[in-house]
Amino acid sequence: MIQVLTGNHSAAYAALLSNVEVVSAYPITPQTQIVEKIAEFVETGKLKARYVRVESEHSAMAVCIGASSAGARTFTATSSQGLLYMSEMVYWASAARLPIVMPVVCRTLAPPWNIWNEHTDMLLVRDYGWIQFFAESNQEVLDTIVQAYKIAEDERILLPVMVGLDAFTLSHTSEPVDVPEMDLVKKFLPPRANVPYVLDPSNPFTLGNLAYPSHHMKLKFMQHTAMENARKVVLEVDDEWYKIFGRCYSLLDNFMCDDAKVIILTIGSSAGDAKEAAKYLRKRGIAAGVLRVRLINPFPAKEVSDILSKVEAVAVVDRNLSPGNGGIILEKVKSSLYSLKNRPFIKGYLAGLGGKDITVEDYIKIFEKTLESYRKGDSDMEWFSINLEATSL
Amino acid sequence: MIYEIRFHGRGGQGTVTAAELLVKAAVAEGKWGQSFPFFGAERRGAPVVAFARISEEKHFLHSQITEPNIIVVLDKKIMEAVDVTDGLKEDGVLVINSSGLFSKESLRNFRICVVDATKIAVSLGLSVAGWVIVNTAMLGAIVKAVPLVKVESIMNAIRNNWPERVGEINAEAARRAYEEATVL
Repeated sequence: MIQVLTGNHSAAYAALLSNVEVVSAYPITPQTQIVEKIAEFVETGKLKARYVRVESEHSAMAVCIGASSAGARTFTATSSQGLLYMSEMVYWASAARLPIVMPVVCRTLAPPWNIWNEHTDMLLVRDYGWIQFFAESNQEVLDTIVQAYKIAEDERILLPVMVGLDAFTLSHTSEPVDVPEMDLVKKFLPPRANVPYVLDPSNPFTLGNLAYPSHHMKLKFMQHTAMENARKVVLEVDDEWYKIFGRCYSLLDNFMCDDAKVIILTIGSSAGDAKEAAKYLRKRGIAAGVLRVRLINPFPAKEVSDILSKVEAVAVVDRNLSPGNGGIILEKVKSSLYSLKNRPFIKGYLAGLGGKDITVEDYIKIFEKTLESYRKGDSDMEWFSINLEATSL
Repeated sequence: MIYEIRFHGRGGQGTVTAAELLVKAAVAEGKWGQSFPFFGAERRGAPVVAFARISEEKHFLHSQITEPNIIVVLDKKIMEAVDVTDGLKEDGVLVINSSGLFSKESLRNFRICVVDATKIAVSLGLSVAGWVIVNTAMLGAIVKAVPLVKVESIMNAIRNNWPERVGEINAEAARRAYEEATVL
C-alpha cells in the first residue's frame, strides 16, 4: 500500500515488518522519530518486541550485542555524535559476528553544532566491519533495512549492517513509499535461525574470551571472508526481493552510465539531483551519467571500475571530509581504478558539507567544470561553491 | 511540470502538516509529491516554513526549494517580519490568510488569492490551546488558486489524517475556504 512517509517512519516501518524482537532506544536529532514511532508500535501491540530505554548510545549498542548474542533479532538507530559515542561497541558487534541492523541518520559532527546532513559520521566507522548502505529515497530506506536482516543473518555473513539515510533530506521529508504486506515480508524474512554461537543455557559456552595471536588472526580472516561474501549475498537477497516486491537496487545505481562520456559518482539522496542534472545535459547533447554507490562497505571496487573504465571523465562528489586528505569516497574510487590500464580522468569535489544545499544547477556546473578540467588536465580537488574572499557567509 | 510550494506560518500552527496533507492528497490522485520542513531552532510562535513539491511524474529531487511557484501565508503578520515573496517565480501565486483585500502594488505583480481562513476556523471551533488552526482551511484556498488537486482529495486526506468529527470539521474548513477564496 502506498503511504506518504518520512525517511524516519520508513525505517520504523521496516523494523515492524522485520518483526524485530529487541529494540534499544536513545534519542538524538534527527533520528529520534525512528525510535518514537517504534515505541508507538510496541505500545499499541503492533510489534511484539522488548523495548529497552538506555542511558546512552554506548549502552544502546551494548543491549543489541547482548540480545543478539542470545539469538534475538535486534534494532537500534543513531546519528552523528551518537554513533561516535557508541563506537567501541560498534566495533565489538562486528567482530562478535552479530547480525544487528542499525539505521544511521547521517548528520554533521560538531563542533560547531550542526544537525544537517553530511556523511562523515558513517564513513568514519567504515573500517569497523559493518556492511554499509547509503539510501537515495525513503522507499530504499525501508526496503534496504528489511533486506539487511536477511543479509546479516545469512550463515555466510553473520555481520551487522548499517543503513545510512540523509538527515532531513530523507529523515524528515515525506514522500510516497510502497509499504509491503506483512505476510509477504514474513515469507521473505523468516524468524532468525538458531545458527551457531547463540547463547543457550542448556548448552553453556563462553563468548568473547581471551584469544591467542594465532587464533585471533584466523578469526580476522573469517570476518574478512564473510565481508567479501557480502557483495554476492547482497545481490542474491536483492534479486529475491525483486521477485516478490518488484523493486531492486543492486550494489550500484547506474543512471545512464553505459554510453556516458562524463559521470558524477556520489552517494545518498543528493544523487537524485545529479540525475536531474544529467537528464538536462542529455537533452543538450552531453552524454552525462550518474553512478550512485549504494553499498559502500565492502566497496564494490570491481563493479565501479568496470563502469568507470568506459568513460572519459569522472567527478567524485564527496559530502564528507577527511581533513588534510579530502573526500573519503574519492580515495576509495581512485584505489579501485589502480589496476586499470586506461584510467579515466578523475576530479574530486567537496560539496554540501554541513548540509549546504547542492542544487541541480550545482550539478550541471560540476559536469561542465569536469569536462573543462579534463580538457585542461586539471585534476586538483575542488571545494565546491565557497567564496573564501567573502567576509560574510 | 513540478509545482513548488512554500508555506509560511508559525510554530504550532500546523504549517508542516499542511504541506504533508497536500502531498497526501496528490499521491491519492496518483501524482507524485514530496514535503519537508525547514529545520532550525523552531519553537511555538516563531515564524516557520515548510515546503512541498507536486508533479504528475516521479522525480529525483531532494534539494531545497528556493524559487517556488506558490507561496502560502497562514499568518499575515509574518509579512511584516519576513519577505514572503523571496524567490517567488514571476508568474507565481500568493495565497494569503486575510480578512481584507490587499493593495496589489504592495506585492508587485504576483497573482494573489485571499481567504479569511481565521474566520472560517473560528466559526467551526478549530482551535487548540487558544491557537486558531487555519492550516486545513488554507489547503482549500490553495487548490482554488491553483488546481493542483481536487478539493475532494484535500478533504479525504484530512479525513484520513484525523478520526471522525475532527476530520469532518477540518474537511469542512477546507471546503468552505475553497468556496470563499477570492483570486484577485
